[in-house]
Amino acid sequence: MNRSEPLVLGIESSCDETGVGIVRGTTLLTNAVSSSMEEHVRFGGVIPEIASRAHLDAMVPTLQQALADADVELLDVDALAVTSGPGLSGALMVGVAAAKALAVATGKPLFAVNHLVAHVGVGLLDAGRLPDNLGALLVSGGHTEILRVRNLASDVELLGSTIDDAAGEAYDKVARILGLGYPGGPAIDRLAAQGDPAAIRFPRGLSQPKYLGTPEQPGPHRYDWSFSGLKTAVARFIEDCEARGVEVPVADVAASFQEAVVDIITSKAVLACTENGITSLLLGGGVASNSRLRQLTRERCEAAGITLTIPPSSLCTDNGAMVAALAARIIMDGGEPSGIGFGTDSSMPVTTVHL
Amino acid sequence: MLILALDTSAAASAALVSDGVVLGRFASTDTRSHAEVLAPAVEQLLFDAGVAGTGLDALAVGVGPGPFTGLRAGIATARMLAFVWNVPLHGVMSLDAVALDADHAEGEFAVATDARRKEVYWARYRAGSALPELVDGPHVGPAESVPDLPVYGRGAGLYAGRLAGTAHATELTPDAVALARVAERTLADGGALRATTPLYLRESDAKVPGPRKKALL
Ligand SMILES: [Zn+2]
Repeated sequence: MNRSEPLVLGIESSCDETGVGIVRGTTLLTNAVSSSMEEHVRFGGVIPEIASRAHLDAMVPTLQQALADADVELLDVDALAVTSGPGLSGALMVGVAAAKALAVATGKPLFAVNHLVAHVGVGLLDAGRLPDNLGALLVSGGHTEILRVRNLASDVELLGSTIDDAAGEAYDKVARILGLGYPGGPAIDRLAAQGDPAAIRFPRGLSQPKYLGTPEQPGPHRYDWSFSGLKTAVARFIEDCEARGVEVPVADVAASFQEAVVDIITSKAVLACTENGITSLLLGGGVASNSRLRQLTRERCEAAGITLTIPPSSLCTDNGAMVAALAARIIMDGGEPSGIGFGTDSSMPVTTVHL
Repeated sequence: MLILALDTSAAASAALVSDGVVLGRFASTDTRSHAEVLAPAVEQLLFDAGVAGTGLDALAVGVGPGPFTGLRAGIATARMLAFVWNVPLHGVMSLDAVALDADHAEGEFAVATDARRKEVYWARYRAGSALPELVDGPHVGPAESVPDLPVYGRGAGLYAGRLAGTAHATELTPDAVALARVAERTLADGGALRATTPLYLRESDAKVPGPRKKALL
């Protein structure tokens, strides 16, 4: 195996994007993605079975597109990589079955990698290396996490995460309550621009002292989030408007909801960074393209002396290039392939960077 | 004709068959580890037989009906192998494999497999000289909906008391050897096989949310 600048093909299928990306060392060659998002619109959220059916049909065409885009022959690839978890198990299964078949058919080594750590892996592309004292804030429809990354290939720690809905899921649910479309994030972000973020004081989940504790004696959820109470508060507010016969101030609700989400995400993320010696933060996941989240994260990171990196949106959402980038790093660090006997793990912990 | 056949509509199975002769076969016993076991099984079969994937004349895959997640593991595997090796890929209805193994001498019979949720996947066949002929199906439904005929397969065994007909070969499930034979004989007779579109027979269960009446609902 070429370990100095490996040509790696990565496959991603953990949620609703079928991704095939190819990298050479830390250089991005292509990032082909087929999304089933449109098929979930009428349901107001990702339907796992529909996503899985779409993965099956998109897999080979997306692979062909990636190979053509990058002008790469399968023969020349040094290694293959696939997301084996965390994610929707039926969806993961399609990518893993396809990746293993690709490994059998080509005889190439296969690396099974962690989806969340792969989100951080995109930070390598073009930059070449990751900064020291790195943290990653991942916000999407499937996850809300803050990670500490000592060594991308071998030492990643989960500092905090949502204990119920992911932030993007909360956006989708509130968008449904407000009668906006799916996905909720962009719809609320647009509407919020016309509203007053201070109009309604929605709750910030897990922000009470009993959950936070102190730096010396951290509470049980110091760096964790919760968004289900916020969603209920929005629903209550609207019911109350309807009961009183007043028009729902939709733009103000959107702006105030968004402010509550973004405020608690960024304040806890920055708290986790400052208390854990993190001086560089990477923002990833689909919600990283939210304008208010970017703005407030930037402001608060600057105030705290933290260097913020936000990869291009196409690399923030789920994709195969991040899977390939992480595997390339693992290979350059001397990591061994996973074989083809592994299974999927829908709740794979971030401490397991690869199998 | 050298065929590699895969089926994951019930258990996972794989077989390498050359002009009717079985060169190697694999079958798992459980129904929930298809993505783990299938690729290693294929690799082992080819290795043991000293055959290169590019030397195959055809690939055949069971397209169900069967539980969705497992079924997709086989089809995803077969499609990728066929793409890389550039070998023709054919879909075979998985119940056809059970019908071939049913060994029914004459007349009509039915085949039933486990569809979970207290239902069966079933189809009706007429015994033939080379291959049983599919008369009706596949369908999914309660055991009571299977016609009053001899019923073969695990689905018959699970609900023997609820069938109008009689249960036979009650442990029989779709197997890759029979699947390869169905493919081989059909192709030899100049017949056409299916595309590899999975036969889900059931919708995804997703519900389109109705209009909001109360915000808290
Ligand atoms: Zn993701």
